[in-house]
Amino acid sequence: MRKSVLFGLLVVAAGTACAQTTLRIGLAEDPDVLDPTMARTFVGRIVFAGLCDKLFDLDEKLNVVAQLATSYEWSADNKALTVRLRQGVSFHDGERFDAAAAKFNLERHKTMAGSNRRGELAVVSSVDALDASTIRINLSTPFAPLLSVLTDRSGMMVSPKAAQAAGEKFGARPVCSGPFKFVERIAQDRIVLERDPNYWNKGAIHFDRVVYTPIVDATVRLANLRSGQLDFIERLAPSDVPQLRNDSRIRVARIVEIGYQGITINVGKSEIAQKHALGRDPRVREAFELALDREAIVKVAMDGEAQVGNQWVAPNNAYYAKNVPIPKRDVARARALLREAGISNPSVLLMTPTTSDAQRIAQVVQAMVKEAGFDVKIQSTEFATSLNLADKGQYEAYVLAWSGRADPDGNLHTFHSCKGPLNNAGYCKAEVDELIDKSRATLDPSQRLKLFEQIAANVAKDRPIIYLYHRNWLWAHTPKLTGLRTVPDGMVRVQGLKMN
Amino acid sequence: MFKFLLQRLASVLPTLFFVSVLIFGLQQLLPGDPAIALAGEDRDPNVVAHLRAKFHLDEPLPVRYWYWASGVLKGDLGESVRIQKPVTELILEKLPVTIQLAAMAMLIALSIGITAGVISAVKKDTAWDYAANVFALWGLSTPNFWLGILLILLFAVNLGWLPASGYVSPFEDLKGNLAAMIMPAFVLGNAIAAVLMRHTRSAMLQVLSSDYVRTARAKGLNERVVVLKHALRNALIPIITLGALEFGTLLSGAVLTEQVFSIPGFGKLIVDAVFNRDYSVVQGVVLFTATVYITLNLLADLAYFLVNPRMRT
Repeated sequence: MRKSVLFGLLVVAAGTACAQTTLRIGLAEDPDVLDPTMARTFVGRIVFAGLCDKLFDLDEKLNVVAQLATSYEWSADNKALTVRLRQGVSFHDGERFDAAAAKFNLERHKTMAGSNRRGELAVVSSVDALDASTIRINLSTPFAPLLSVLTDRSGMMVSPKAAQAAGEKFGARPVCSGPFKFVERIAQDRIVLERDPNYWNKGAIHFDRVVYTPIVDATVRLANLRSGQLDFIERLAPSDVPQLRNDSRIRVARIVEIGYQGITINVGKSEIAQKHALGRDPRVREAFELALDREAIVKVAMDGEAQVGNQWVAPNNAYYAKNVPIPKRDVARARALLREAGISNPSVLLMTPTTSDAQRIAQVVQAMVKEAGFDVKIQSTEFATSLNLADKGQYEAYVLAWSGRADPDGNLHTFHSCKGPLNNAGYCKAEVDELIDKSRATLDPSQRLKLFEQIAANVAKDRPIIYLYHRNWLWAHTPKLTGLRTVPDGMVRVQGLKMN
Repeated sequence: MFKFLLQRLASVLPTLFFVSVLIFGLQQLLPGDPAIALAGEDRDPNVVAHLRAKFHLDEPLPVRYWYWASGVLKGDLGESVRIQKPVTELILEKLPVTIQLAAMAMLIALSIGITAGVISAVKKDTAWDYAANVFALWGLSTPNFWLGILLILLFAVNLGWLPASGYVSPFEDLKGNLAAMIMPAFVLGNAIAAVLMRHTRSAMLQVLSSDYVRTARAKGLNERVVVLKHALRNALIPIITLGALEFGTLLSGAVLTEQVFSIPGFGKLIVDAVFNRDYSVVQGVVLFTATVYITLNLLADLAYFLVNPRMRT
């Protein structure tokens, strides 16, 4: 009798042990505050992918698909979006997700002091709860990127009750409606989430816990994966990829990002723009671009782990303007352009953040353009300082990457419209502004593409940013982990992930 | 002795005041606008304005110092903007980790450094001495991050004996905690051991040539007693000072090691805070570290009294 009881206990214990599975993810940085309204880092979005569901999500081809919403409909004048919400969804504290909760969240994003979502939702004038599971988002002007904005933090829904109770401190103990609920966070050490048994899509969840561990050093992150302490790491260093090719214990996944790496040129941000040849004369900028060999830059700076590009979206993107192809390197033409401009040996001060890839880009660019006659001096500047100098226009050229947004507008408007908050180049052209505004107000993809083609033609000629390449998001994981979805936004979606 | 103690204690308060002014002032010299650094990639102008107002960034420097210092006097070191957590809480969370790492590193450093220093001095100009010097040179010239990564590759990836990085609380899993801490403690201790070895050697050589040691030997005392009881005790005085200073450095300076081994300690906290311009965290942690440093120096002064009876008169 005692033996059979013991056996029974062992069976139960073994069963529990098998079911108790944890997915261990290595992050490249420690996320910032875990409040979708206040959050501002890329890495934080990776944690949100396990914690907070959104109204909409993206698929592998960047199509907008339903998540907490089930369908949507634009009004005839494109100034209102009616969204039908999923029923039977509850937040991690048991509160019901409904139209009132969705309205509360969108209004919180819009009105909370210090909200990082306010800019993204600037065109939202009001939100109406039409019935328990339908909301209408009213816009001041038609805004095509809205759906895509709602696939990110602006579309994340948190428990109104918990948010009201916690106020500004909500990020310390977030309560959302994603597949996993928050357990604990030890800054710079780990963020632990556990499965929500009431999750609406629980069939897609195959882990009991997810532990996110920030490990800044890419080599150490990889060492943790190889020693079996982690199951998955994001942002594998490109230089580590070759050594993993023959390693059967590790799988590498790659996706071309939605962002870009480029060189921003001060063409009008401050008086400096008129004081240096590159900012003053479009021919000098053209010469600079023609002296660049993008393929070689990708090989040296990224070990080949990037796709060359010349626009704010990668050539494989549906909105890539094919009328503006990537120019080939032509040093002779570059020299001729400089002669034409009457400048024989233009000097360029190239500001570069101190990250190793930015430094490598600067060095390769320096060597390449020298052949055309440019004298590039590299100004290595700590990242936060470089941002400040760029914002003030105290620079000539700046090596800067952008993590990207799903809709091209997120890579375009803020950088190239006259009043764009990140228009560090100081680029301002009425025609481009008008085209950007039209592209935001037009919902038809083919119409938008036509507008993007016209914008691209302008930007490629004026070159406020010389786009270089689009990085590959490099992920490494144990071969036992299956069900990984490679969506270009670089988020690790936990739905469907399974350990075999 | 009391007069000396009072003098030392009286000098602590103004020192702390000047340190606080220095910390605050130096931080203002950091280039880059903290509001822009904290506003994230989007740098939304509304968010930048909100952060500026929240942290009084548009106010004159003395006013900002007053906001901070008055909070500190009330025991409030502020809040991390980045992760919305009180700085005091962060310090209390990270301090035990760093203290454990520093203590283990110091233990390793003292065991290796003093032993090697004594052997080197006693066996001067022999193979033992040369070996100890080579060890010291190696310890001093090996970069921490390089040694750290080599150890990770050997013991975690190839042999699989130890975890590659991370931290487990000793109250959760003592064995796991020691396994996680041994490599970083060795990496940190290794460099300090080399410094301690060099100082112990020179102090021992000086003491061993002094009159009272010759007298002790003339009395026919056992060489072991002469070296360990008479010579080493006196030679320890500069080593204690150095040890206290190094321990203080360990508390704040284990940055690279903590980074390589992903130990969530003080060093990592402060580096991340500096890069993110999380001013409250930088100020709070530096002030706390400075206070600890000053206290350790005070304790080192007191330790002289315990070790050296001549100083009590």
